[in-house]
Amino acid sequence: MSVSVSSATTSATSATSRPAGPRRRGRRSGSALSGWLYALPTALFVVFLFLVPLVLVFQMSGSDWPLLGGNQGVNFPENYQKAVDNRFFVDSVIFTLKYTVLATVLLIGLGLGLGLLVQESSRWKGLLRTSFLIPSALGLASASLLFYVIYSPIAGPFAELTKSWGFTFLGTPDAALWSTLFLIVWRFAGFYMLLMLVGLQGIPDEVYEAARIDGASRWQTFRDVTIPLLKPTLALTTVMCVTGSLLAFEQFYILTKGGPDNSTITIVQLIYSVAFQGPNNLGVAGALSVIVLAALVVINIVQIRAFSKKVED
Amino acid sequence: MVSTTNRRMRRIGSGVLAAALLAGLAACSGTSDAGAPLASAGPDGIDDGTELTLWTRAPLEKQANLLVDAYNAGHENQVKLTVVPNDDYVAKVGAAAGSNSLPDLFAADIVYVPNWVEQGLFQDLTSNIDALPFKDSINPGHLAAGTSDGKQHVLPFVLDLSMLFWNKDLFTEAGLDPEVGPKDLKEFAEDAKAIQALDKPDTYGTATGLNCGGCLVFTWFPSVWASGDQVMNEEGTESLLAEKNAQEVYSTWADLWKSGAVLPSSKDETGPTWTAAFTEGKVGLMPYPATLLSSTPFDVGVSGIPGPDGGESTFVGGDGIGVSKDSTKSPQAWNFLNWMMSEEAQVGVLAKDNDVVSRSDLATNEYSSKDPRLVTINEVAAKGDTPFSLNFQEAFNSPSSPWLTLVRNAVLEETGTVDADNQAITDVLSQ
Repeated sequence: MSVSVSSATTSATSATSRPAGPRRRGRRSGSALSGWLYALPTALFVVFLFLVPLVLVFQMSGSDWPLLGGNQGVNFPENYQKAVDNRFFVDSVIFTLKYTVLATVLLIGLGLGLGLLVQESSRWKGLLRTSFLIPSALGLASASLLFYVIYSPIAGPFAELTKSWGFTFLGTPDAALWSTLFLIVWRFAGFYMLLMLVGLQGIPDEVYEAARIDGASRWQTFRDVTIPLLKPTLALTTVMCVTGSLLAFEQFYILTKGGPDNSTITIVQLIYSVAFQGPNNLGVAGALSVIVLAALVVINIVQIRAFSKKVED
Repeated sequence: MVSTTNRRMRRIGSGVLAAALLAGLAACSGTSDAGAPLASAGPDGIDDGTELTLWTRAPLEKQANLLVDAYNAGHENQVKLTVVPNDDYVAKVGAAAGSNSLPDLFAADIVYVPNWVEQGLFQDLTSNIDALPFKDSINPGHLAAGTSDGKQHVLPFVLDLSMLFWNKDLFTEAGLDPEVGPKDLKEFAEDAKAIQALDKPDTYGTATGLNCGGCLVFTWFPSVWASGDQVMNEEGTESLLAEKNAQEVYSTWADLWKSGAVLPSSKDETGPTWTAAFTEGKVGLMPYPATLLSSTPFDVGVSGIPGPDGGESTFVGGDGIGVSKDSTKSPQAWNFLNWMMSEEAQVGVLAKDNDVVSRSDLATNEYSSKDPRLVTINEVAAKGDTPFSLNFQEAFNSPSSPWLTLVRNAVLEETGTVDADNQAITDVLSQ
């Protein structure tokens, strides 16, 4: 429906604009100026909050730039060499990828499951939707602090229980990873549920009705109707989730500080620690940031390509 | 001289780039770099009602507040204190240093001072410090940390010593003499196990922060020093933490950990609550910061930290303070520093609050004579040490430091890899 309407309006505007052409030329210089003026606030915003920092990071990544000493001149390939040679570089890349895969699978799976659960009208629909969504109202740093206390072996509500079981939430590398994943699922599952719900409700009832008439089972309907029609939503959520997880920082900074035994250092944490917790070298931190930026661009292009190809099929 | 012109050039250059306003500011701060006002201000500095800014980190908030309040009450100048959380302090100072907006005065963890002086964050105070009549009795560790190329930049702000504290009530309960602390590490371990053997709920022999590099440096280095060993070479480029006495410290703690006499949460303690259990009376004895003596609510015994075969030492930590490179009010800032070193501030403010004074000639004063524990602390301070290295933060304090790896491998995992782990510390120190 909407497609035919929009194509009708575009053909209508192109039809009317053709004879109006010569008359508009006289106003062009004035409207161009006011056009630029309208665009100016956004342009300034983009230049100062996006382009300038970006250029600065590139400059930093190519300069010898200690945190306390300021820019000391060009140091181009060495910073990148040092960034890659950092003793935590490989470990942090592997850990970040591992965390990203786990978080994405959990969040997309749970988000879709919860979306399906609350899509149907039932007596508990309102309560369920609200309770899944409420954690999303909390900032990630505040949520991390909340879980820091919940997981605490001294002050936490499970302190007695963990003591008698001889277990701590953040004591071993695996426990720390899964405890952090639990926090992330708790915080974000509702948000992804909401996105899935929007996608699910965009699927017209007629398609489901047709499937029912053809005698499709529940599973067949889900696999052959819901999933293909949900693809744009799945693409959006996957790109968001992968990007967000690759840039994970607050939860690990607050809950584990990269421990125990340096087992939970994400790549962004590595950037932070190179800049502020020891080497205090903004040049190498900048080089790491540029590497991450490049990797993100590539990963996102690959994802978007992959999804758009499938949609065409 | 060359470096100051360079710095001024750089500053003016960046100012032009940014805006005319910034260029004006840069020129202003450029003139103050010449350093003339500080020397011409006289020995007492200037007290003319200027507002000064002062930054410090949260662990020393109490002492900083006391000093600033006392100064503001008696002077025209007014100091405005900003307290920054410990973990954010380096980042905040770094950002301010980069944008030439450091406060007039700022304190720094003494182990970072050598690096920060090297980076030029502090103004040269040599002539002023040399003119102090009691210069020779100022804590030498702090003065040395702030000295670069023979120029002195930093005075001791607050001294924080690591001392062995024991809970006298728990000692009595366990049948130990509450007036006598352990003489060596072996006795320390025996006492901890004796208190553990009381089998009281939630009460443990000892505690530490096994995921907190700073805590371990502060509490375990003294045991190495007490036996006459060093932790690093003199230049701070080589780690000596695989020697016999250091190994002895690790094996003592490994044994305590295995026997269950260490507070279990010590394993993951990253620093914020490493002293909490002792303050709540749930730990028998532990190496502990002396600045917390006045806020410990029950009766404690205090001694230096013993080594494997006796002796005692302490980590002379705390913060040094200096005038920042960006201050245009250095004569007024010196007025604060000069007052801070006076008997009025050292005894009338710090000693009165049961804190350690930073002048040895004032170690025995009206307050310390009332509390023999303060005399002990002041005496041990003279035997203490402050380690010196440009890469100290990365090698020891940072959450991913090789020092933490060494300790956790040696104490919790007992992997027997101390030599290799020690080499990893040297690799960081020597870069």
